[in-house]
Amino acid sequence: MNLKSTLENYSFVLPAVIIFSIFYIIPFIWVFQLGLFDWDGILPTKAFVGLNNFKEIIFQDKSWWQAMTNAGWVTLIALTFQNALAFLLALACDREIKMKNFYRVIFFIPPVLSEIVVGMAWRFIINDVDGANIINRMLVNIGLPQLVHSWLNDPKTALTTVALVHSWKGFGWGFLILLAGLQTIPRELYEAARVDGASAWNSFKSITIPLMIPVITLVAILTILGTMQAFVLIIGLVGGEFAGHTSMPVLRILASMRYSSRFGYACAQGITFGVVLVVISFIQYRISQKAKQA
Amino acid sequence: MRFYPKNFKLFLTILSVGFFIFSFAGCSSQNSCQLKPSVNVWHWMTDRQPAFEELAKRYEQDFGVKVNFELYAPSDAYSQKVRAAAQGTNLPDIFGILGEKRDFGSFIKAGHILDLTAYMDAEQGKWRNSLFEKALAVNEFPEGNIYGVKSGVYGVPIDIMTIQMVYNKDLFRQLGLDPQNPPQTFEEFLSIGKKIKGSNLQGLVSGWGEVWMIDCFANNYAFNIMGKDKVLATIKGDSPYTDPDWIRVLGLFKQMQGGGILANGLVTMVNKTAEQLFANGKAVFAFNGSWCVNVYKGMNPKLDYGVMMPPKASDKFPMAIWGGAGSSFIVNARSKNKEEAVKFLQWLTEKDQQTYLSQTTNNLPANKECLVQIPQILSEFAKNMEFATHPNIWGVSEFPAVIETLDKGIQSIIIGEKTPEQVASEVQKIKDRELAKNKKK
Repeated sequence: MNLKSTLENYSFVLPAVIIFSIFYIIPFIWVFQLGLFDWDGILPTKAFVGLNNFKEIIFQDKSWWQAMTNAGWVTLIALTFQNALAFLLALACDREIKMKNFYRVIFFIPPVLSEIVVGMAWRFIINDVDGANIINRMLVNIGLPQLVHSWLNDPKTALTTVALVHSWKGFGWGFLILLAGLQTIPRELYEAARVDGASAWNSFKSITIPLMIPVITLVAILTILGTMQAFVLIIGLVGGEFAGHTSMPVLRILASMRYSSRFGYACAQGITFGVVLVVISFIQYRISQKAKQA
Repeated sequence: MRFYPKNFKLFLTILSVGFFIFSFAGCSSQNSCQLKPSVNVWHWMTDRQPAFEELAKRYEQDFGVKVNFELYAPSDAYSQKVRAAAQGTNLPDIFGILGEKRDFGSFIKAGHILDLTAYMDAEQGKWRNSLFEKALAVNEFPEGNIYGVKSGVYGVPIDIMTIQMVYNKDLFRQLGLDPQNPPQTFEEFLSIGKKIKGSNLQGLVSGWGEVWMIDCFANNYAFNIMGKDKVLATIKGDSPYTDPDWIRVLGLFKQMQGGGILANGLVTMVNKTAEQLFANGKAVFAFNGSWCVNVYKGMNPKLDYGVMMPPKASDKFPMAIWGGAGSSFIVNARSKNKEEAVKFLQWLTEKDQQTYLSQTTNNLPANKECLVQIPQILSEFAKNMEFATHPNIWGVSEFPAVIETLDKGIQSIIIGEKTPEQVASEVQKIKDRELAKNKKK
């Protein structure tokens, strides 16, 4: 390949590289740079503190790690419950069922709703004091009064309740992507398997799952990234961090920036959080690659 | 091959001529706009926007200066906008700062805020003397302040506020209590909890999910139990949070929880929810600021309620409440229109405008002369102004990490997770850490 065609090829990707650099790489470098300073976000002077902010986050900031643990728990529920629900519904809608287009629209309504609206609506549904207490009333009506509980106001159940509402809000994205993935699987494969005497379970295990691994990986990575960064829904549901029981990394970053006026520290938290997300996504990707090869 | 219609050249010519004509017309109108000065104001006060717009209209009629009130809500979004604008040095002529005195100081040191002292002191301090001293104090930096700011007045209060307790008179009657005699002592207050427990009502509601209101309540009782000097000594690091007086303050929250006086789910409650519960007659007490008068009026105009000081837990020191400037406006020091901006603020804080603002928005006026014309419920909020204090006028600031640990700790006490002693010890640990860090700096 001569120089001219090489340059020509590079020129095609140049606009994308420029946009990516301006909107992603340069801001990332700036944020990292600010993370090395003690700065309140207003004064023109900043005090260089090296990696002290990062050290404080990793070794001293207990509330940060509590927020990370909380985020991990919400993500776990999202990865399992939310994605299992999305996959089941996608499988159902992939079949020739009546009104499947209607279901597709219905399942995609929660993700397009505003997070704060969903949070407040669910607070109204769940809460007893300032809400309609619908969940508890339902439990009484179906003969399970022993399960009646103050779901959002008990520190033991608040985070899981938040995670379930988050799953309700988020499963539509997974549903849509998984359904698109299912529709790319050639129908001939299932027909051939049926002719060979494979049961529905065998078809699912040997055709659907292996061919869906790249899509499942994508959904899993998107779920992790979306869930770990959740915070608006939490404000709508429980008003904030609830003595740390519902704190999430983004809420901590906001707290550092707004209430403590530690802009540099908030930037360092943002970078640390970003690195954690990249590492998790990379591990997830590697695992799925291995599963695909196997 | 032709790619354009037959008369395309003619079309282009007309377009170019039109463009020049409109450009010149635009310039000319812009010039006339430039001759007519205008002042831009950024604020977050949703409920006051119509009143501000009306006042802007009157100002333009009287003085020929256009004032644009731009509303950015909610307050969190507003704060972010102001910070971003400060970093880009494109703040409006007039704006407000939502934050602590430390942030206010940083804005001044960064050169964003005009020193108003000379304007305040002109004509034998005419402007200064028209405003409530405590309201002005929030915007004032005294000589030798800890923020390193040159002494002076840097903001103009447009209203004042106090944060107290309100009680529902109808629910008082329902519980067999005298609505003219709200509880004066903490014991009396707790005894009402037993009656509330037996009814289908909620006790005290407040925005304790947003932790700063817990901080305010705890500070009131800290002043009452140990006095101002000891509270300030704690902030300075001379007295520990593990002191029995602080444990007593924290213990009050445990007592309130145990006594059934606190509403269920108080720790996850935002103030808007608390206001709805109180306005709808579901809660007997609320801990709220004087801005609630307008809020309750909007939610339930028939609500019959009274104002009371938080019931005192000790006779040793007077009960304190947070109060002073409700909302303040400041002038952008880099603005080309700063003189016009100052003139507008002087006009805005005059008696007529303050009376109008107070009557239309149900907030306490910052101008002393208007107090006689305010509604009864607002005057109840105003009458305890002598007990008002505010962290912004203490001259010392607690570390944000300490405040956060204290507030979250109180939430933990309310949900029965921690004891007052545990919380006090945790707060002191953070205090020691922050003091050590500060010493290193």
